Amino acid sequence: MNWLAWRMLTGDRTKYLGIVFGVAFGTVLIAQQMAIFVGLMRRTSSQIIDISAADVWVMDLKQQNLDDIRPMPDGRLYQVRGVQGVDWAVRLSKSMVRVRTPNGDFLQSLLIGVDDSSFAGAPIEMIKGSYLDLRRPDGVIIDEDGYKRLFPGETIKLGQALDMNDRRAIIVGTCKVTPPFQTFPVVYTRYSQALQYAPPERNSLSFILVKAAPGQSHKALAERIAKQTGLKALTWDDFFWMNVNWFINNTGIPINFGITVTLGFIVGAAIAGQTFYLFTIENLKQFGSLKAMGVTNIRLIGMILFQAVVVGVMGYGIGLGMSALFFETMERSGHPDMRGMWVPWQVATLSAGAVAIIIVIASLLSLRRVLVLEPAMVFK
Amino acid sequence: MTDNSPQSHAVVCRGVVKDFGAGETKVRALHGIDLNVRYGEMTLLVGPSGCGKTTLISVMAGLLDPTAGEVFLLGQDRRKLVGSQLVRFRADNIGFVFQQYNLIPSLTAAENAAVPLIIHGVKRSAAIDQARLMMKEVGLGDKCQAMPSQLSGGQQQRVAIARALVNEPRLLVCDEPTAALDAHSGRTVMELIKRVTVKPDRAVIVVTHDNRVFDFGDRIVAMSDGLVERVEERSGQETLLAH
Ligand SMILES: Nc1ncnc2c1ncn2[C@@H]1O[C@H](COP(=O)(O)OP(=O)(O)O)[C@@H](O)[C@H]1O
Ligand SMILES: [Mg+2]
Repeated sequence: MNWLAWRMLTGDRTKYLGIVFGVAFGTVLIAQQMAIFVGLMRRTSSQIIDISAADVWVMDLKQQNLDDIRPMPDGRLYQVRGVQGVDWAVRLSKSMVRVRTPNGDFLQSLLIGVDDSSFAGAPIEMIKGSYLDLRRPDGVIIDEDGYKRLFPGETIKLGQALDMNDRRAIIVGTCKVTPPFQTFPVVYTRYSQALQYAPPERNSLSFILVKAAPGQSHKALAERIAKQTGLKALTWDDFFWMNVNWFINNTGIPINFGITVTLGFIVGAAIAGQTFYLFTIENLKQFGSLKAMGVTNIRLIGMILFQAVVVGVMGYGIGLGMSALFFETMERSGHPDMRGMWVPWQVATLSAGAVAIIIVIASLLSLRRVLVLEPAMVFK
Repeated sequence: MTDNSPQSHAVVCRGVVKDFGAGETKVRALHGIDLNVRYGEMTLLVGPSGCGKTTLISVMAGLLDPTAGEVFLLGQDRRKLVGSQLVRFRADNIGFVFQQYNLIPSLTAAENAAVPLIIHGVKRSAAIDQARLMMKEVGLGDKCQAMPSQLSGGQQQRVAIARALVNEPRLLVCDEPTAALDAHSGRTVMELIKRVTVKPDRAVIVVTHDNRVFDFGDRIVAMSDGLVERVEERSGQETLLAH
């Protein structure tokens, strides 16, 4: 009977493709919006992601996320270094600066000051130059997207001069970063130099990056640091999630995406559900004939579910492929808005669940019509 | 045919009443039908539109439950066939031909004719092979691969007849099989039904109000207002029923 169900479904190519693309369209709306949401949430933690060398992040007790910096006095570093199980601990500063280009343009940027001797926290993925060039006087490294925004339309070359807080900086390298949430250019420099570039403040120690001694549990170490110093100490994972959760709980972003995803679900359900339902209605006479000829309701249910599964699997596959292709194309085009975004498996799974619900609703509606069908209607 | 037992007739109706709806809107379509349908004959059911012909064959084919009265189908008490038993009984024993052919447009002619066998669980290739033989039988051996939309009305109805006969049903019911056809195709279809179906252990009931085909019937049952008005034997003699 599956053969018959398949032939009935695919007999009219146009209608069949219409149903499949309805499901695919719904999948794209749902998967793509959820993936962008996940990507944006990742971006809120971009520096945490990029500084993966740190096992534990230490910060002011009241700090709630990556951006709400409450600088600590320098002495805190030595306290942390004294905790048992710490392999090494270094400073990291993070601040906002206004960068001026030679042609007089200003651009708000993110300034990261890394440890002067170890360069822990420096960019991992260099495009031009080496992070060791940060040693050079006034040397800064800038992320490639940031470079393009500071020098629009120019080919990337090292040695360009910038001005921050009336101090000269020379670009000695470019790198790739996980794009930050607000797509600011990201400027790396030595910690000591960052103090010169940033607007003066009493304290400038934003974070202490800690590497755990071999065999040391990160969780236990973080707890020990917190207990002994009275600071907030979080494992890489915990800091990442604290930050993401802060954005989820304190911004309108989840609601907005929630609405879009819901709309995607409704539109997808409407298109896919409707086309599938209409397909069944158009075939009602044939289902009636089959009933008259001795096909039981159970087998009719099987046929309709088979058709629904075919449509659901094909539509979902195409839709997910289209979503993946969308992010791949954006990545290749080098457009910073969607860079570093992809469809994570969790989103793929959730979309599959959503498509399954759409298909179940559509087939239940169709089934209802087929089951109440009087076989005697074939003579009408 | 003086034996009046249910076993010796294809269909026996005794006092069959059929109501549609209930209360204010109740419509009584059959007012108490007494009728025996014999094996080896083509019984024509005739009468004006709305007199209950379709309702009666639906009851006789096990598609509708009678409101009152007794129906014996191929010797079986209709009341004892319930749920999927009845569905299976139809699959095993009854062939259908509809006015609008009701072929599945996305299947070839031979595949359409094979559908009842596939419902029966016959392997698809074997079913289609058997359906091809049936297609030859109805004179469409060369149209096996054609889609229904590529066939004329008369040809589609012949495919429908091949489909109705492919699993050798003991009862064939046809509702207005010629109504949508021109006179010539109508005659061809009736000749076909007559030739391939009237076997000693098979009964054929044809509903029609097409008087061009009356002479094909072995018996003509004339209905009016939900009652059998008159039964005419082929020899010409009429039996008037008192009611
Ligand atoms: N499903 C139904 N619901 C209500 N009334 C019906 C239904 N089917 C048939 N009828 C009524 O029963 C009567 C007989 O109909 P039908 O058997 O179709 O007549 P015929 O086939 O002789 O034209 C008509 O009055 C018709 O309106
Ligand atoms: Mg009728």
